[in-house]
Amino acid sequence: MQSMIKVRDLARTYQMGDIEIHALRGVSFDIHRGEFVAIIGPSGSGKSTLMNLIGCLDTPSAGSYELDGLPVDLLDTELLAAVRNRKIGFVFQQFHLLARGTALANVALPLAYRGGISSHERLERAAAALERVGLGNRLDHRPHQLSGGQQQRVAIARALVNDPALLLADEPTGALDTATSAEILGLFSDLNRSGMTVVLVTHEPDVARATRRLLEIRDGRLMRDVPTSEAWTSQPVPAQRRRRLPVRQQWRIAP
Amino acid sequence: MTAQDSAGELGTLRAHEAATLDAAIDDLLAGGISWRETAHFAFETLRTNPVRTLLTALGVLIGVAAVIALLAIGRGSQESITSSITANGANLITLRPGASTSGGVRSAVGESGSLTLDDAEALADPMRAPNVALVSPEYNGSAQLVAGSNNANARVTGATPVYAEVHNTTVEEGGFLTEAQHRSAENVVILGANIATTLFPDGGAVGEQVRLSGQNFTVIGVLKSSGGTGFGSVDDGVIVPLTTAQRKLFGARAVGGSWSVSTIVVQATSAETVDAAAEEVATILREDHDLPADGSGDTFSAINQQTILETVTQTTQLLTLFLGAIAAISLLVGGIGIMNIMLVSVRERTREIGLRKALGAKESDILLQFLFESLALSGVGGLAGLILGSAIALSVNLTGLVTVSLSWDVALLAFGFALAVGLFFGIAPARSAAKLDPIVALRYE
Ligand SMILES: Nc1ncnc2c1ncn2[C@@H]1O[C@H](COP(=O)(O)OP(=O)(O)O)[C@@H](O)[C@H]1O
Ligand SMILES: [Mg+2]
Repeated sequence: MQSMIKVRDLARTYQMGDIEIHALRGVSFDIHRGEFVAIIGPSGSGKSTLMNLIGCLDTPSAGSYELDGLPVDLLDTELLAAVRNRKIGFVFQQFHLLARGTALANVALPLAYRGGISSHERLERAAAALERVGLGNRLDHRPHQLSGGQQQRVAIARALVNDPALLLADEPTGALDTATSAEILGLFSDLNRSGMTVVLVTHEPDVARATRRLLEIRDGRLMRDVPTSEAWTSQPVPAQRRRRLPVRQQWRIAP
Repeated sequence: MTAQDSAGELGTLRAHEAATLDAAIDDLLAGGISWRETAHFAFETLRTNPVRTLLTALGVLIGVAAVIALLAIGRGSQESITSSITANGANLITLRPGASTSGGVRSAVGESGSLTLDDAEALADPMRAPNVALVSPEYNGSAQLVAGSNNANARVTGATPVYAEVHNTTVEEGGFLTEAQHRSAENVVILGANIATTLFPDGGAVGEQVRLSGQNFTVIGVLKSSGGTGFGSVDDGVIVPLTTAQRKLFGARAVGGSWSVSTIVVQATSAETVDAAAEEVATILREDHDLPADGSGDTFSAINQQTILETVTQTTQLLTLFLGAIAAISLLVGGIGIMNIMLVSVRERTREIGLRKALGAKESDILLQFLFESLALSGVGGLAGLILGSAIALSVNLTGLVTVSLSWDVALLAFGFALAVGLFFGIAPARSAAKLDPIVALRYE
């Protein structure tokens, strides 16, 4: 079986003046079609760096990365843009919807950048994607007319509209309350059950528990690669999780 | 299975992989957003921010309006001055007795300084003056005209039949002077349009009698109104035969057996030959009057219409250019306004740009979107400026102070310049948008 994602000795070093920051120090793993994976680790461990590399937003300093058979580390920026458009659906913590556009227009945006699809068909496909995330009755709503959970659903519909090989989510529930988070995670599980490969980055164990495989990063290295079902058997789960802080304060506390 | 076999198998597998990879890359390169779609995004942004769009376009709007209005006024003035100079005939050289001030000393008008009919005849000689087409000797004076209970003071011009051709004179009623009337110094008169209305308010002047300086004259024609109000308009004058003016009205002196005239108007064969004709005329007069050939002792002055026209044209063109330059500067300032707003807009929309890139927008797509936006801004401003500028020019025309001349070439030039300004000042903001790193842009607060 061919891997959807094939990462070998992937490293990313940031140059800050004279100082080299080794955000990622050579990680290797494979992710197969249809998997549901969480990348976890403490703040500053290199999760976002890895996520940007997997999402083709960044290029590695060393190592190789193959996505759906494409040697991503060898492609130029123009091709990377096309790869992002065709192969990857992004879901962000902050939703990143265009405030002026309707839900339908937001979801249709990736299809415009794909090109070669009539505007009629683009809207049909966008409507179908919104239907799929349970927002078939909110097509003409603008982001400010929708709740946080609904906005994230629109963002997920936008990620799905191009039939990507991979759904990539960075802290997708970070800006949502617990109940809504559970709903969104349920949606990811449903999508995964219908065959979609999902990789999400989180520092919250509750979110990670919804997935089926954990990749734990620490200090730029891959510490553990285990099925979620086995992850918490050896270590006791903390009885009471620290009360969640609003997102902005969390950011401030994180170094 | 031998080692060689498996190596061969691996080889074909690699070749197969390379082929599918090539196909995949070709497929990735084939897609992409069309420029129409990108333009649509740009227009959407402008449409959903009407106030910002209007304020940004205002600078270009004012610039284009200024270019169009000022150039229309400049050109209009130039045309009306030119046409008033050539209203009484084109390519003319006007000769008068008395030297033009040369060396600060103006020689007295003496017997030798008179122009006569003999001079006019000499100037009309095609052998001596090949560039002269027509010669119109004239005698000027003024007199009171009376018809019934109406009277008017008029400039009286004694003229030969050739006068009509030289001065583009058109007769509205009746006819112009005939050779016979001129030869026998008949008491006939042609009235200017204003004089005719003053003397004969009910019309029907032709055939009537008028008293001119106490003598009876028959009206043989009325001139077409020139509409001009300029100095020396033909509307306020009357024309009589030259011989009548010289002998019966104003008592012209005879010099050496030839009647003197006040003016000789010479028409050159074309606009290009006016200067050559002026040279010929001066040479003939100097020879016939025994004056120094270098012109130092001239007893006549020559006014070259072409020279005046050129001077006036140069001056008004300079004025028009100056007005246009000021307007163009305001257009340029409008362009800087666009750049300013677009740079702010790029910062405001950093996250949008990051998102578009994450969703598959290439650098060139973002560049184009922002270029379209500033182009559209300057286009909207330019179009509104065209309308406003034309409206200003037309309302200036309505006031009657100056005539304006709107023209398509100026409009197109101003609009094109506005678009060029928008494009030029749009490049820097568009480039800064296109170069944004999507990771940084998405995190931008
Ligand atoms: N653009 C950057 N320039 C310099 N250092 C960076 C940059 N991005 C991340 N880092 C550093 O790399 C390390 C890993 O960061 P990151 O991948 O964002 O961690 P995480 O997402 O797990 O919190 C951190 O030490 C961070 O300070
Ligand atoms: Mg992070």
